Amino acid sequence: MSTDTSFATRSHEENWPPILELAVEEVFEIMLGTRVKPVAQSEHEPNREFTAMIGLAGSLCGILTVCCDAKTAGQIAKSMLGDTANSAEEVGDALGEICNMIAGNFKNKLAGTDERCMLSVPTVISGGQYSLHSLAEGTSMETILLFEGAPVAVCLQLQS
Amino acid sequence: MDKIRALIVDDSSVMRKIVERSLRQAGIELEKVVEASNGAEALTAVQNNAVDLILCDINMPVMDGLEFVRQVAKVESAKGVPIVMITTEGSESHVVQALSAGARGYIRKPFTPDQVKEHVLPLLGKKP
Repeated sequence: MSTDTSFATRSHEENWPPILELAVEEVFEIMLGTRVKPVAQSEHEPNREFTAMIGLAGSLCGILTVCCDAKTAGQIAKSMLGDTANSAEEVGDALGEICNMIAGNFKNKLAGTDERCMLSVPTVISGGQYSLHSLAEGTSMETILLFEGAPVAVCLQLQS
Repeated sequence: MDKIRALIVDDSSVMRKIVERSLRQAGIELEKVVEASNGAEALTAVQNNAVDLILCDINMPVMDGLEFVRQVAKVESAKGVPIVMITTEGSESHVVQALSAGARGYIRKPFTPDQVKEHVLPLLGKKP
């Protein structure tokens, strides 16, 4: 498993979805001890009760989000921290850190991009009654994975 | 190994717990763990607490980890205390900046307990 190998440059964006998937898989395996694989999006739409997001600025400009239902967010926190009871604050914090690590792991895999791309601190929204409108109109890619049987959506929206 | 006093600096309380757990999994006995959620809090912490090891994130509000490493070099009581960065920032320029500023180790998130062991034990005079 590699966490620091560069695979592609901005000129090869068609290669990015598998790189994003690999970045997600590595974070889940290393931090949660769980192997995850992408599933068909049409069959597994998550209930977006928790959304963690992180901004990218510089050579990559946009937003990366991780969405799942509340129960799954709690399971992710439990997997990270062990069986200790997790407060709502810790659940959000855990999902935010997963989002942060996926974004960092993804950009570290893009040759020459990691040097010139900055990440914001994560933000987490709890509650599904919202609409997200990113100004980063351009490339958008989403991968859905199953964590303990429940779907988790990871979406990257980038400005052209 | 003697018990050590560690300062863990990360804006995520979850990550601070994971880093502490990783130290324990590396076989490091902790006498005391001091936590800070940004570089400014960490500077105050090292002025008020004697510590043997500092583990520090880079991307944090108020004062980031690189600035903290630069500032802590001016704190007499913290001179010689090894600092290990634990961060999602994986670029060579970040590594160079951190090591130039005085950090002694650099771990990229996501990380395993074995990576913590490998990077931290030698700084405490132990073989990983």
